[in-house]
Amino acid sequence: MVTFQFVPYYEIEDLGSARRVKKLIDIVKQNKIVLLQGRLKKEEETDLIAIAMEEIKGRFKGIELAVINPEEKGQEGLKKLRNNFFNAILGDRQGLTIIGPASIVRDIKKDPTKIELMTKEARKKR
Amino acid sequence: MIGALKNLINRLLKNLFGKKKEIKLGLYGPPNGGKTTLANRICKDWLGEDMGEVSNIAHETREIQIKEQISIKSKGKELNFNLVDTPGIATKIDYEEFMKAGLKEKEAKQRAKEATKGIIDAIKWLDEMDAVIIVLDATKDPYTQVNITIVGNLQARNIPVLIVANKADLKKADVKKVQAAYPQYSVIGISAKYGSNVDKFYEALFEIAG
Repeated sequence: MVTFQFVPYYEIEDLGSARRVKKLIDIVKQNKIVLLQGRLKKEEETDLIAIAMEEIKGRFKGIELAVINPEEKGQEGLKKLRNNFFNAILGDRQGLTIIGPASIVRDIKKDPTKIELMTKEARKKR
Repeated sequence: MIGALKNLINRLLKNLFGKKKEIKLGLYGPPNGGKTTLANRICKDWLGEDMGEVSNIAHETREIQIKEQISIKSKGKELNFNLVDTPGIATKIDYEEFMKAGLKEKEAKQRAKEATKGIIDAIKWLDEMDAVIIVLDATKDPYTQVNITIVGNLQARNIPVLIVANKADLKKADVKKVQAAYPQYSVIGISAKYGSNVDKFYEALFEIAG
């Protein structure tokens, strides 16, 4: 059985970068797949990878990560500038970030509007 | 945002108060893209020696390697830099994958331990770079989250980027797909192993680090 946990953006909004990343990693370490509303800052995404590496031990082998933002493509000029401005002030609530434990999620494929999440169990069944 | 601003101010100050002594040029990318093969190509071409070991098993480079004072010339111009070869960035490390590649359990576990530390170091070093070459395997999907995260981070830090679509000599290689994935950057298709199109690569280096 695979468990998903939805994390609304307001739950991480007031947290500093380190606490945001820790909160998400802690959920993933419980063998749950995080569905985060919006996305982390770019620097936080690399922090997430670095912290995942630090946490590798025993059954925890790291994470699978995917950021889906269908509106990002095709934005140009003023619209892009406006979105960047609001994202900088209010945080990036657009799209979805998926973080799963690598021991469960083998791969996440995205096709901007479609998400395929391959689990290890699924591979065994084939 | 604050980090990017700090980086920008540092760069402006460096430009205002004297020329930098040495440029740090980093090689970044996922494992097995050919970073060390490219580092060896650059070092062989301009210093006459190799930089590091290469292998078909992922995470062969598990420590930051630096080759200092490389001087390259192209079209009458000269570029001096320190080349920093970094371990491949991945989001997961499983020692059992190394065992499948033929390593014994003890070796595989040790390799996994070193590889995780290598990834952390590579991320820490991002802030130290003046320019970065992202080395991607042109036979593989360029849209992976690791690639997007690396590119996004460098963009946020205002670090100039050149993307190399390596292994362009292979049948499955698709340089145009890499170009389409990152249209905001120069993408050069090369074969670091055989040296094809490296002249174009050296010319492009002057554009980002010159």
